[in-house]
Amino acid sequence: MSDAFLKISDVNRIYEDEDNNSTEALKDINLEVNKGEFVSIIGASGCGKTTLLRLIAGLDKPQSGYLSLHGEKIIGTSPKRGYVFQQGGLFEWLTVEQNIAAGLKARHIYKENKHRIPEFIDMVGLNGFEKSYPHQISGGMAQRVAIARTLINDPELILLDEPMGALDNFTRADLQDKILEIRKSQNTTMILVTHDIDEALYLSDKIVIMTPRPGRISEIINVDMYHPRNRNGHDYVNLRNKLLEKFHLASEVKEPEYII
Amino acid sequence: MKISKRARYFLSVIFTVLGFTLAVILNSVVPQKADVTFSQHEVFGLALTSNDAYRIVLYALIIYYLITGIIYYNYEDRRKKYLNSARFRFVMGILLFLWDLLGTKLQVLPQPFFPGPAGIMEAFVAEGDYVLQNTIYSLRLYFYGFVIGVATGIITGILVGWFPRVRYWLSPVMNVLGVIPAVAWMPFALTIMPTAFSSAVFLIAVSVWGLVATLTSTGIMSTPKTRFEAGRVLGGNEFYLVFHVAIPHALPQIFTGITTANGYAFTTLVMAEMMGQPGGLGYYINASKVWSAYYKVFAAIIVMAILFSLITKVIELVQRYVLRWQKGVVK
Repeated sequence: MSDAFLKISDVNRIYEDEDNNSTEALKDINLEVNKGEFVSIIGASGCGKTTLLRLIAGLDKPQSGYLSLHGEKIIGTSPKRGYVFQQGGLFEWLTVEQNIAAGLKARHIYKENKHRIPEFIDMVGLNGFEKSYPHQISGGMAQRVAIARTLINDPELILLDEPMGALDNFTRADLQDKILEIRKSQNTTMILVTHDIDEALYLSDKIVIMTPRPGRISEIINVDMYHPRNRNGHDYVNLRNKLLEKFHLASEVKEPEYII
Repeated sequence: MKISKRARYFLSVIFTVLGFTLAVILNSVVPQKADVTFSQHEVFGLALTSNDAYRIVLYALIIYYLITGIIYYNYEDRRKKYLNSARFRFVMGILLFLWDLLGTKLQVLPQPFFPGPAGIMEAFVAEGDYVLQNTIYSLRLYFYGFVIGVATGIITGILVGWFPRVRYWLSPVMNVLGVIPAVAWMPFALTIMPTAFSSAVFLIAVSVWGLVATLTSTGIMSTPKTRFEAGRVLGGNEFYLVFHVAIPHALPQIFTGITTANGYAFTTLVMAEMMGQPGGLGYYINASKVWSAYYKVFAAIIVMAILFSLITKVIELVQRYVLRWQKGVVK
């Protein structure tokens, strides 16, 4: 019996296509995440990092093994486990304000909670855009709406699926700081999937490196640095080099050769 | 620079009404060819001939375009539209001019098939009440048929789009019924429906139903998976996913269905009226044709043109409001 906040034990997830070819998306995954931790999962595409995140969210089920959040087995989705999608996944037909309120509406607690909406708009710095529709705002703003929409449900855990993948560098850095700020004020546990080493390093307490075919965890690295982190600081650069090395090593060894 | 721009605009206002003014002058100055006489009728307490009525219409157009021309000067969007329409309105006036000249004044066009504009006004002046009565009948038929068709179409589309089992049984039915023109059901409709009115309502509803149902179901089924997942992780149940995710996502397609079906509804309406209704504009056309009263046929066609464009406009406004979240719809 472990007292870990989120516990993933011996999880396997195999996909089968129509021709009965099976892909081992996840193989023997074991991971523990403590309350309040910021964990990043990095790895090349196809390493199963998004699959793992979807399992935690309850959007997908493992073939074997189990996942639990403070001792309770994860079955199906829950507003307690917020999920921020890669492209935001905003509802195009709702304004920024209505998108943020969507969770309240979905849970039938809109009336008694609608006074909280301005607080969340403020938190992600979208004042003045309350009545805008998703197509009228930038990609970075859309992601902030997606984060606010998740936060209003008071989640215990926020799962971020490459939320900054499609953003330009300046917007990305800006959003990273916003996420840190939110995390500091809300003290929420966060798990981020990314393919950007620098992003993982800048944000996380713990970095999980995954390798593809079959998708498994190759290494877990602790990052003990204070926030805000200086991206050009000595320790930071050292760790980044170490990480790059491992990452390349990790993905090179396991990479199968294709001969056509 | 600014003055010349203003001058140009006011010249275009003059140009807009010039065609209609020429038409009025022609109508007043050129004498009537001998054997045609216009009888007087009581309209709103005034004794008018149909030629007077035609001239009143021209005056009304001139006054309307002059006033709107002056008002729109202060609104850029409207001003541009007005400027753009000037040529068209001028030509419209000239066409009325020629029509009046050839159809009424000189009677060059074969009669009674091509009456002049004043001749057509005769239908409104002499039996305006009756035309109105038929117009209301058509409007009622259209309204009931269209609303019932759209409502049942949307409900069917949602069920087909959401439940695979319903889709299995209903989508072949929709595909087969969809290709049959609704009027083909006419003999059947007349038999099973209790009144002539309800049989036409049924036909219009059928003509609208298939298309709206098909497009609604495609709209529902094409909702991206991530939207549903977003709904679920936010705590939404199946009801939420249907009514707050799938249906809003399908709305643009639903409206495509509605606007296209609107055209079908008009066709079915007129055909149904021509083949077995005690009233309506289609009925009016048919009844007039028997007496070779072609001016009444034209009058009914003009009423249809106005009525159907108004209905289309209303639908367009509703669509623009409901889909205001779409790209390019909101300024």
